[in-house]
Amino acid sequence: MYSKKVIKEFSSPQNVGSIEDADGVGEIGSTIDGDIINISIKVKDNVIEDIKFKTFGCVVAISTSSMVTNLAKGKTVDEALELTDEDVINALDGLPEGKDRCSGFALDALKMAIEDFQQKNK
Amino acid sequence: MDHSATTPVDSLVLDAMLPYFTEMFGNSSSLHSFGTEAAEALSTAREQVAQAIGALPEEIIFTSGGTESNNLAIRGVIPHDAGKKHIITSVIEHPAVLNTCEYIESLGHEVTYVPVDSDGVADIEMIEESIRENTVLITVMHANNEVGTIQPIKEIAQIASKHNILFHTDAVQTVGKIPVNVDELGVDMLSISSHKIHGPKGSGALYVRKGTRIDPIIYGGNHENGMRSGTENIPGIVGLGKAMFLANESLDEDSQHMMNMRDHLISQICGSIADVRLNGHPTLRLPNNVNLSFKYAEGESMLMLLDMKGIAVSTGSACSSKSLKASHVLSSLNIEDDYIHGSLRISLGKENTMEEVDYLVESLKETILKLREMSPISGQ
Repeated sequence: MYSKKVIKEFSSPQNVGSIEDADGVGEIGSTIDGDIINISIKVKDNVIEDIKFKTFGCVVAISTSSMVTNLAKGKTVDEALELTDEDVINALDGLPEGKDRCSGFALDALKMAIEDFQQKNK
Repeated sequence: MDHSATTPVDSLVLDAMLPYFTEMFGNSSSLHSFGTEAAEALSTAREQVAQAIGALPEEIIFTSGGTESNNLAIRGVIPHDAGKKHIITSVIEHPAVLNTCEYIESLGHEVTYVPVDSDGVADIEMIEESIRENTVLITVMHANNEVGTIQPIKEIAQIASKHNILFHTDAVQTVGKIPVNVDELGVDMLSISSHKIHGPKGSGALYVRKGTRIDPIIYGGNHENGMRSGTENIPGIVGLGKAMFLANESLDEDSQHMMNMRDHLISQICGSIADVRLNGHPTLRLPNNVNLSFKYAEGESMLMLLDMKGIAVSTGSACSSKSLKASHVLSSLNIEDDYIHGSLRISLGKENTMEEVDYLVESLKETILKLREMSPISGQ
């Protein structure tokens, strides 16, 4: 039911970890919801140079986390803020019906990390 | 290792069924020799099923499976006469019982759902306290399909009998795994499914004690003494009969084998992986059921990683369900939030081996390690 792309991102996720001297960190979810996504970014000249995630959650939570970090890496902060839920789902060759509910969490965590960076660099 | 979902058909069962698709294809209602062959097969299967549970052949109604049997037992006791009826059940029943009860409620009847303790045992005192003047049925499953807890059926049946109330049990998970005898349990009705015991899908039975009056839910040509109309699924019924016979014949041996694997699995996992809990009762438990919850690892992710290693299990986690809600069974056991999303049900079968169990333990260790390394809350 999951696309090959989802399974690939899930079983061999990229950018797992957390950046110790991160310029911005975003975390969303709780153990009650069953999903927690933490994204940390390193920004240089307004470009997301490095990005890592740590995720507790289901196949969708892990594969979207991996894909969001892939998509954001190398983009400027402004470009990354323009990423949409649809971009993530398309990059994963779609999600099964009913499984797209939590697809936006990873993107929300990225946006929180960027806001955190922007707050710190006002 | 997902035998509580379904099992493969035993080759002896398939051999018994095959002729009834081709050369012995008769309709048991026909008077010619083809019909007689089918009627004889039906009668043999009825005896096999009855014998396996200590019942009389005429107390067996063949159905399409556990769901229909549960529907017949519950809906069958309702329409006897006009007026509001009351049923008592437990909160951890299979959806085939819970959703049938909900339907009964929509017709204006009442249902009490008694809670279970943290091991999944139904509150007997509350069952008795819930009895009203218009209570017509108590239905509590013999063993739970998710956490494997075996219910005190005998005691509940005694309460029902004392108050002259019918008692039904869904024994889909216990038949073929622990001894099931309708007189010893004292039940009035008992549901059986064929595909959980190495029989074919689409076949099952409801035991109804002689003298118990229930109404059919399917009307037609008065098959099964009018209790379940529709030309009988002879190959399916033959398969059920043979599966019941075989399961009963090797019950002690199979059950011991599954228990050995179950206990080995639990001790190996709990001894080598931190932050794990066993869901369900520690001893009053199906011989083939292991239900564990792990902190910092989510059920669907564990299931998928194990699937990639060729191991099939199931989970009660929210993300794995169509409703996106955590399992109603685990939710009723008061499991901490940290654990509720990381559940895994391993249900063993008689054909599993100790080597396979060891492979599962190793694979599970790798899976948990991988997911916990990825998790932001594992405290690492």
